[in-house]
Amino acid sequence: MVPRPRISRRKLEELFFQGLMIISTVGVLGSLLLILGTIVWRGLPALDLAMITQTPKGGYYLGQEGGILNAIVGSLYLALGGTLLSMVASLPIALYLHFYAARSRWAEVVRLALDVLWGIPSIVYGAFGFLLMLWLGMRASLLGGIITLAFLELPIMARGMDEAIAMVPAALKEASYALGATRFETAARIVVRQTAPGLLTAVLLAFGRAIGDAASVLFTAGYTDRLPDSLLSPVASLPLAVFFQLGTPFPKVQERAYASALVLTVIVLVLSVLSRWLSRRLTRHVIR
Amino acid sequence: MTEPLIEIRDLNVWYGTEHALKGITVDIPARQITAVIGPSGCGKTTLLRSLNRLLEETEGTRVTGQVLLDGVNIYDRGVDVTEVRTRVGMLAPKPFPLPMSIYDNVAYGRRIHGLPVLDKGNGRHLDRIVERYLRAAGLWEEVKDRLHSPASGLSTGQQQRLCLARALAVEPEVLLCDEPTSALDPISAQRIEEQLRAIKTETTIVVVTHSLRQAHRLADYLIFLWLGELVEAGPARQVFQNPRDERTRAYLAGDIG
Ligand SMILES: Nc1ncnc2c1ncn2[C@@H]1O[C@H](COP(=O)(O)OP(=O)(O)O)[C@@H](O)[C@H]1O
Ligand SMILES: [Mg+2]
Repeated sequence: MVPRPRISRRKLEELFFQGLMIISTVGVLGSLLLILGTIVWRGLPALDLAMITQTPKGGYYLGQEGGILNAIVGSLYLALGGTLLSMVASLPIALYLHFYAARSRWAEVVRLALDVLWGIPSIVYGAFGFLLMLWLGMRASLLGGIITLAFLELPIMARGMDEAIAMVPAALKEASYALGATRFETAARIVVRQTAPGLLTAVLLAFGRAIGDAASVLFTAGYTDRLPDSLLSPVASLPLAVFFQLGTPFPKVQERAYASALVLTVIVLVLSVLSRWLSRRLTRHVIR
Repeated sequence: MTEPLIEIRDLNVWYGTEHALKGITVDIPARQITAVIGPSGCGKTTLLRSLNRLLEETEGTRVTGQVLLDGVNIYDRGVDVTEVRTRVGMLAPKPFPLPMSIYDNVAYGRRIHGLPVLDKGNGRHLDRIVERYLRAAGLWEEVKDRLHSPASGLSTGQQQRLCLARALAVEPEVLLCDEPTSALDPISAQRIEEQLRAIKTETTIVVVTHSLRQAHRLADYLIFLWLGELVEAGPARQVFQNPRDERTRAYLAGDIG
């Protein structure tokens, strides 16, 4: 028998990479907990019922009565509206890329464009939306914010859906074609069902970016202490609420900024949990 | 030989530059089981997929020649590919149920084609249609109590019979089967063979198989392919007992392939 070292090189390699993976995972969880801990610790004391059920009263930003209901409702409207609008565009793009453009050069150009759009900072979307609104003669409003967020979300959602659809086995599509289904029927009835969990993930990722983004809504949605009453009037949002409150010199108001961040985080958390639950239900029919 | 239902005329298929089928000319008789045999890679799947134009879903394929279905070339410009595939159904080697319930799998084809689901005269209701084809595929007894649960929960053998029911529900004139039992256990395989024999009185069946025993059991008519060429075709009994070509004889004897 050939003599072997006590710890072989292969074993060392295995240990090294396992350690690396554990460290990264712990790092991710650790930073999440650190951020959560900070906003809970700094924000929880300021979080009371009034915070989430009232709009700012006079003197709110000096530390007096009121809450951030305007920003909670505003953010939900903005992000839900933007996500819906973006879905209407993203799903057809993703299906088009697979069913009609297939592996053409044109499809690659579209994918490249989406990837570039994904990397563009949100302030640029804000500026673009602002210019678009000037041109249309619109002022900062819920609608302006929704449209800008839809643009911001589009590359994330469309590429996410694109990747999900790319995983569909060719044999599944062929099973549908072989029954005489058209491309559209196959896309709408088979592929959408098969990829529903993945499509949902894409939607959620885009929603998360939209609801957390301050720069794109700064000029396009504006800010107001009132609840949104029409698509054409300005609307508040949570990221801007955090930003404005953190910018005041009053510790009490700064605490409220953390409380607002906590509310924002909880909204994202609740949606993630809901979508996981929904995703499991949608997975029932998925063919592996 | 009965009237031919499919007449293949000088059919050539290329994948890119690879010439996979070379000038195939053969007739496929109506309401019989035609088995396509030959060694792996000789073009059996390609031949089958040319009969319902599924080939064109693979990129880079080129087809020349004619496939006449009831005298009409399915590759003619004016021909609607979805109609071809409605008339010529298919069963793939590995079952791929659709991502929906057992019931919806069988109903899928009828729904997209708007085939009758309700006919007051003889009470043809979709429920009954689904039952009829699940029975025809020999699956009814096993799934009748869970028609609305996901098809993905069935065993592979059951899934393949579901795929058979799904294909039959569209009432195709021709059913193409590409090694339909290669992924199945022997019992399930036997059940599929039984169902195929049972439906051949109404449906023309073309079955690709790499198993000579299966060809023996099923085939009325036999097509032998070799390196993309048709070597021999004829009534199964005659080809098995008295092959004309030397290569057919060697293949049947197990000397090649
Ligand atoms: N998608 C494809 N792309 C390129 N070549 C292919 C493709 N499918 C089949 N071929 C080639 O065509 C020939 C016939 O293949 P196939 O019809 O699958 O044979 P069989 O079913 O008899 O095993 C083989 O040489 C194979 O390599
Ligand atoms: Mg094959």
